Parts: sequence; C-alpha cells; structure tokens
Amino acid sequence: MSLADARPVKRDEAQMIASILAGDRELYHQLIQPYELSVYRMAMSFVKNETEAEDVAQEAFLKAFRDLANFRGESKFSTWLISITLNEARRRLRRQSTVRMESLDEPAEEGAKVSPALLRDWREIPSESLERREVRALLQKAIEELSPIYREVLVLRDIEELSVEETAGALAISISSVKVRLHRARIMLQKELAPKLKLATPKKGRWLSWH
Amino acid sequence: MALECKHVWDYISEFLDDSLAPETKELVQKHLENCEICSAILDSTRNILILTADDRVFELPAGYSERLHARLAREIHGVNSRPDKPTRG
Repeated sequence: MSLADARPVKRDEAQMIASILAGDRELYHQLIQPYELSVYRMAMSFVKNETEAEDVAQEAFLKAFRDLANFRGESKFSTWLISITLNEARRRLRRQSTVRMESLDEPAEEGAKVSPALLRDWREIPSESLERREVRALLQKAIEELSPIYREVLVLRDIEELSVEETAGALAISISSVKVRLHRARIMLQKELAPKLKLATPKKGRWLSWH
Repeated sequence: MALECKHVWDYISEFLDDSLAPETKELVQKHLENCEICSAILDSTRNILILTADDRVFELPAGYSERLHARLAREIHGVNSRPDKPTRG
C-alpha cells in the first residue's frame, strides 16, 4: 500500500493530533498505523539493510511523536512524516559516509543526458515474478544504486505515489526539479533493469506454474 | 513535424504521467505507433515502475510492527519523566 492509498477518507488526522496533544497519547498508535510500511520502505531505500531501516523508521516515528506539537497542519501529516523520515535517513547516511565512501554531495549530474536501454520488443513481466527473491533483489539493488537526489524523487513519486506537487513540498525543491529528476530516475531504472529482467524472466513456461 | 527517437525518450516520463501538452502527446503517440524500439522502451519503463511500486519489493521484517509499537508505548508512557525538548520545525 502506498502513502497515497493509505489516506483513509474517514480518518480525521487533525482531530487525532489535537486529541494526542490534549493528552490522549495512546491515539498515536492509531495515527501512525497506515504509514508503517511507507516509512519503513522509504528508510529501506536509503540505508540498505533491514535492521538499520527499522531503526530509522522507529526514530522517525518517535521524532514525529516528540515534535507533534510543532506540526502546524499546513501540510498533510503524511508529508510531514516523510520529511522527518528523509531527514533521519540522510542523517544516518551522513554519519556513515566516511565508512561507506558514499557522498551525499555528489554532483547532481543534472546536465548529463540519460539514455534508455534500447530494446526491440518488451514482453510484459507480470507482478507474480516478484515472488522470486532474485527479481526482488534486482529491483532493490537498482533503486539503492540511484544517487540520493534521484532515489528520493522516485521513491516518493513512484513508490509512495505522492503527486508531483507533494513530492516537491516534501523535498523542498521546485516542481520542475521533481520532473527532471523523476525522468532521469525512471530512465536510469529502465536502462539498468530492462536487460536484466529480460534475462531473469525467460520466455517460455515460467509463468504458467504460478496459476 | 515528426519526432526523432531521442526526442521521444525525453518525453517518456511525462507521457507516463499523462502530463504532456496535447500537441506533444499526439506527436509522441504518432511516433510510438511506428517505432517498435520506442514502444518497447515505453512499455518496459511502465512495466518496471509497476514492479518497483509493488509491496513485495520492500517487505516489512517479521515483528517490525510489534517492536515499533512497543517502543512507542515506552515513549508514550515515559515521556513525562524526562525533560521535554521540542524542536522547531
């Protein structure tokens, strides 16, 4: 379930937050329930191992609880929660960057042209193929290997299914930056994954076994 | 005016989001009808994004929810016992 799907129509989050701040702290468990997967998934796309991602997610939910009084309601609670999660994940990466040699300040490459992988035909890869660990691992790795500026936009827009405007708001960047980065991120994923997925999902007979 | 392949590639993301201007969208569509390479690029990109967004790609570890709520419960019940330092945001 994406963040976009997670917004239930009947939940009045502003009211829930007001009640929590007025003393009904237990209600926080309910407030965050729809976002458990989203926050974890976003953390996972940054820190690259399950334990750390869980840690980032817990920290983000705790920080959101402690700072709840500062939530102004100008954005959605989910957008605010995303900003907190992103900051927590970035903080974690910065702390480790000397170990991992991963720089968060790497050149934005905004001027560089990205080209897709050229294929003559594409045979639809069904979602059932995700039952295979190998296929899931290919996708995870491709997302993780994107530069942070591209990964952030892709995760928010295509995985959490935020709108272009919400993505721009959560990242504090312009709408045109979102579009440019998103385009590059998508093409980079296609370039990386299309040939590999084609090889990993051979033509005949494989899909029948799932039905 | 016909579009070249490399120009079509620049429009793939916005084509998928259906956010192109109508006249550009029409040019791209015309090109796609006649170009198997660009069609395959578009189809594969769309397919890959659908797979990427699937809940199965990043699954929650077993016990994640229980551990999260247990930690939150400790915070919720114990927060008064220590200094509260709200940060502005």
